[in-house]
Amino acid sequence: MDELFRNVDWYEIGLACLDTLLMLGGSLLFTVLLGLPLGVLLFLTGPRQLFENRPLYAVLSLVVNALRSLPFIILLIVMIPLTVLLTGTSLGVAGAIPPLVAGATPFFARLVETALREVDRGIIEAVQAMGATTRQIVLRALLPEALPGIIAAVTVTAITLVSYTAMAGVVGAGGLGDLAIRFGYQRFQTDVMVVTVVLLLVLVQVLQTIGDRLVLRFSRK
Amino acid sequence: MIEFHGVHKSYRVGDRTVPALRPIDLTVRAGEVFGLIGHSGAGKSTLLRLINRLEEPSGGRIVVDGVDVTALDAAGLRRFRRQVGMIFQHFNLLASKTVADNVAMPLRLAGELPRRAIERRVEELLARVGLADHAGKYPAQLSGGQKQRVGIARALATEPKILLCDEATSALDPQTTVQVLRLLAEINRELGLTVVLITHEMDVIRRVCDRVAVLDKGEVVEQGPVTEVFLHPRHPTTQGFVQEAEHVDPQACQEALARAPGRVVRLTVLGAATYAPLLGTLARETGIDYSILEGRIDRIKDTPYGQVTLALVGGDFEAALARLRAAGAHVEVLR
Repeated sequence: MDELFRNVDWYEIGLACLDTLLMLGGSLLFTVLLGLPLGVLLFLTGPRQLFENRPLYAVLSLVVNALRSLPFIILLIVMIPLTVLLTGTSLGVAGAIPPLVAGATPFFARLVETALREVDRGIIEAVQAMGATTRQIVLRALLPEALPGIIAAVTVTAITLVSYTAMAGVVGAGGLGDLAIRFGYQRFQTDVMVVTVVLLLVLVQVLQTIGDRLVLRFSRK
Repeated sequence: MIEFHGVHKSYRVGDRTVPALRPIDLTVRAGEVFGLIGHSGAGKSTLLRLINRLEEPSGGRIVVDGVDVTALDAAGLRRFRRQVGMIFQHFNLLASKTVADNVAMPLRLAGELPRRAIERRVEELLARVGLADHAGKYPAQLSGGQKQRVGIARALATEPKILLCDEATSALDPQTTVQVLRLLAEINRELGLTVVLITHEMDVIRRVCDRVAVLDKGEVVEQGPVTEVFLHPRHPTTQGFVQEAEHVDPQACQEALARAPGRVVRLTVLGAATYAPLLGTLARETGIDYSILEGRIDRIKDTPYGQVTLALVGGDFEAALARLRAAGAHVEVLR
């Protein structure tokens, strides 16, 4: 065992795991907090929706598309001044979370918008006919009805964030992906590469399984 | 009472305006079941949605019990909508909520009743529609007919004065359709609720409606009591609907008529007279012979009616006509 994983420092691996989980948890939390309202706003202002507003939708769409088209590695660097402003540092886990959130939020918001569009228009109409306010329509009908879709969106976003965290090594955030690049790739330590990649694989599997279970749990169709 | 005063609606498609409803004047009386029938695209769905302003009229006024609905502000409209229940072709239940939660929803949105009172009201409503045992189920676990019953219970939750039915039975099989229509008639009778329903089936109109308006290309082409419109349709669109409902093949009728001897009349009787031995008496008293070319005995809502096409041979034709009319029958001489 020791012979097979000669270069592997299990303590390092443990720290890297922790870093990855911290980055993932922190950025996922803020991504959902920011992306959910943004997705709802995108949906409501979209064509033929409750608050149809062409100019606002066009601006939101443009911002979302711009952020999504930017490669994450570039975003990481471009955002450094803003990151310092927000967290006081551009390094480590704290320095990685703002760019991770900025990269994942537009993606998540689009997925939320799509999930909301899947809700039958007839249901919105029925709730309108009950005399509901727009706020009630969103909170009591749209979001509960779209919940399975939103959970699936969180799952996909979480997995995307896992792959983003691998690049966060550029700002010294650490994590499994960083270990894989610095030791596994740059120093040809295949054993480190294998261990980190397997761990990432397990992480993604676990996330997907939890997500699928939750979707099933909340689907009533 | 719901009054339409010159209500019209048009849509903008690109830079053209397409009229969906020509100016319409219509009155729905309090406590009646009013039917709107038309082919798809005739504008009946739009007309129905104008009542609770799910669609905004382009002009004209809609007055409900003296209140100009078209002039209501957003808050006023929300209050008004709570007095108007609505059921839909595809039920539009929330899949994420149980039957009980679906029925409770209008009450919770209104936020006027305490929790215990809402629970009691939901129980009562589910019992009324015969779904007391299904309170904890989700809509996906129910049949189409059961879903529509949930829809009806939900629509009645806030004790509305008006119930709007948007093709409420079009997605149901014939047997379930009859059951749902019976429930609607029962609710109308027991709660004194005004019901406005739209459909493309004359049979639905015949079973539950008191009065009917026929819509064709955005215009009301015929309206009146169902007994009148159904038995004596004037407009070709109405005639088409009636023939469809009665499974009449116009061509076969023409052929039977062409081959019949003597004079041909169409006889219509309504109410108790339907079951009177009219034809036998007629033959004996006027010495006329008759053969039945086509006809039916049925009911329009609660009124029995008979309508038959007869060929009359021999005897005194004029005396026979007088005898029939004296007996309260409506007689139309076809040849």
